[in-house]
Amino acid sequence: MTSELVTMNIGPIHPSTHGVFRMRVTFDGETIVDAEPVIGYLHRGSEKLAEERTYVQVVTLTDRMDYTASMTNNQAYILSVEKLSNITPSNRGVWLRMIAAELQRIAAHSVATGFLINDLGAWHTPLLYLLREREKILELFEMMCGARITNSYLRPGGVFMDAPDEFWPSLNRFLDEMPGRIDDIENLLTGNEIVLVRTQNVATVTKEQAINASITGPMLRASGVDWDLRHRNPYDFYSQVSFRRPMGTVGDNNDRYLVRINEIRESLKIIEQCIDMIEPGPVIPKEVPFLVRPPNGESYVPIEAPKGELGFYLVSDGGIAPFRCHVRAPSLINLTLLRDMVIGYKIADLFVTFGSIDVNMGEVDR
Amino acid sequence: MMSKALSGKEIENLLKGEFKSSIESAGEDFIYIQNNESECIKIFTFLKDSKKFDLLNSVTSVDFIDHFCVVYRLTSITQNETAVIKIRCGEGRDNPTVSSVCSVWRGAELQEREIYDLMGILFTGHPNMKRLLLWENFEGHPLRKDFVS
Repeated sequence: MTSELVTMNIGPIHPSTHGVFRMRVTFDGETIVDAEPVIGYLHRGSEKLAEERTYVQVVTLTDRMDYTASMTNNQAYILSVEKLSNITPSNRGVWLRMIAAELQRIAAHSVATGFLINDLGAWHTPLLYLLREREKILELFEMMCGARITNSYLRPGGVFMDAPDEFWPSLNRFLDEMPGRIDDIENLLTGNEIVLVRTQNVATVTKEQAINASITGPMLRASGVDWDLRHRNPYDFYSQVSFRRPMGTVGDNNDRYLVRINEIRESLKIIEQCIDMIEPGPVIPKEVPFLVRPPNGESYVPIEAPKGELGFYLVSDGGIAPFRCHVRAPSLINLTLLRDMVIGYKIADLFVTFGSIDVNMGEVDR
Repeated sequence: MMSKALSGKEIENLLKGEFKSSIESAGEDFIYIQNNESECIKIFTFLKDSKKFDLLNSVTSVDFIDHFCVVYRLTSITQNETAVIKIRCGEGRDNPTVSSVCSVWRGAELQEREIYDLMGILFTGHPNMKRLLLWENFEGHPLRKDFVS
């Protein structure tokens, strides 16, 4: 029996598209035969705006790209500016921004996992458990810099203020509690039959496919490629901390979920090591000028953001604003394979797969 | 273990054997190759297959006012090395065109569309060369220096 193909628009306003994402999907009955992402609904022209602002002002634009991971966006941008203008950051500043970045990774992975499970139909219980933990991280950020989501905490040379004394006991309490909370989530989900049936062997991505399509981050590691920039090309002080690199084997939706859950545990260990090694001192060297004016040249420092390789390609003409500021956005590039991943699966698998890629529309559209 | 960024000289040495005539100039940590459509694809295929640069990190573009520059950033996962290849195009700002590397690395697909959209560089051989972020009848290319925002 043959049936007529139906083409449907899903999004841009849809609760499971994690923002304003649209897919033009062609169905044969319930089976997907074609899918095309249509993006740009949140395009704000950040790269053009950056050309009209000073180097420090651009930090606020980076917050608004992946708004679930502002700290790592700040970090990628600041590392690039520091390389471009030969600024050596202060030790305490670097440790603080590593703590901030790892807390941010936990928060971003919590959001990713929570919404993935929400898309699976586990209506709100696991999501709210995870958002509750994220809320504690946002409170820690509030102590560090006064802001919760759009932090703008980092500056060329370090961070703009030291964490207050009451930050450290709160951080320790969080580190004590969090492993138990992750156990709770895992008890609910990891062996759950519904989750397993819906995610195992759905939308598999092989090693070769993933590398060829420039996939990075947890999605690449879920396909079994040992590629974590914190380990392969350490920035900041990541060479001084030790951590495991969780990896998947088949690269299906379940592997992507497991990699993220295990990375949360590793991030907790990294933060503990940072607390042991941080020493008193200035958070930003005195000689760093407020108005950074790098010499002619270009720089690109990739970092391992929660969603993959994030880097800012900066070109300077010696002025106070970047001549060109390009963002290597992992969310956008990880979408390359979406069409291949969903073809042949049912409409119900579409959102689970989309959720497991973990994109943030603020970063896709910039 | 830091990954090694190949210097311009080292990239030149990789390509010197077969593609000597296609090398334009070598910089400190990048190399300019000539904008010759069929040769470019051969060079990128050679780098991917023979020199193990299997990951295309990013493709981007810069408007240098008198010409445009397309920048390819490659990584070899097995050897942990990175290399930067640049192509000059659109001298005099007319019809900047380079060949698409989608057939070599699929990862270039959305990025090349973004460059076409925002910088107006046309990629020949791209399977779906249309605007990515802006709407179809938008006039101009915002990241060009002569686009006044």
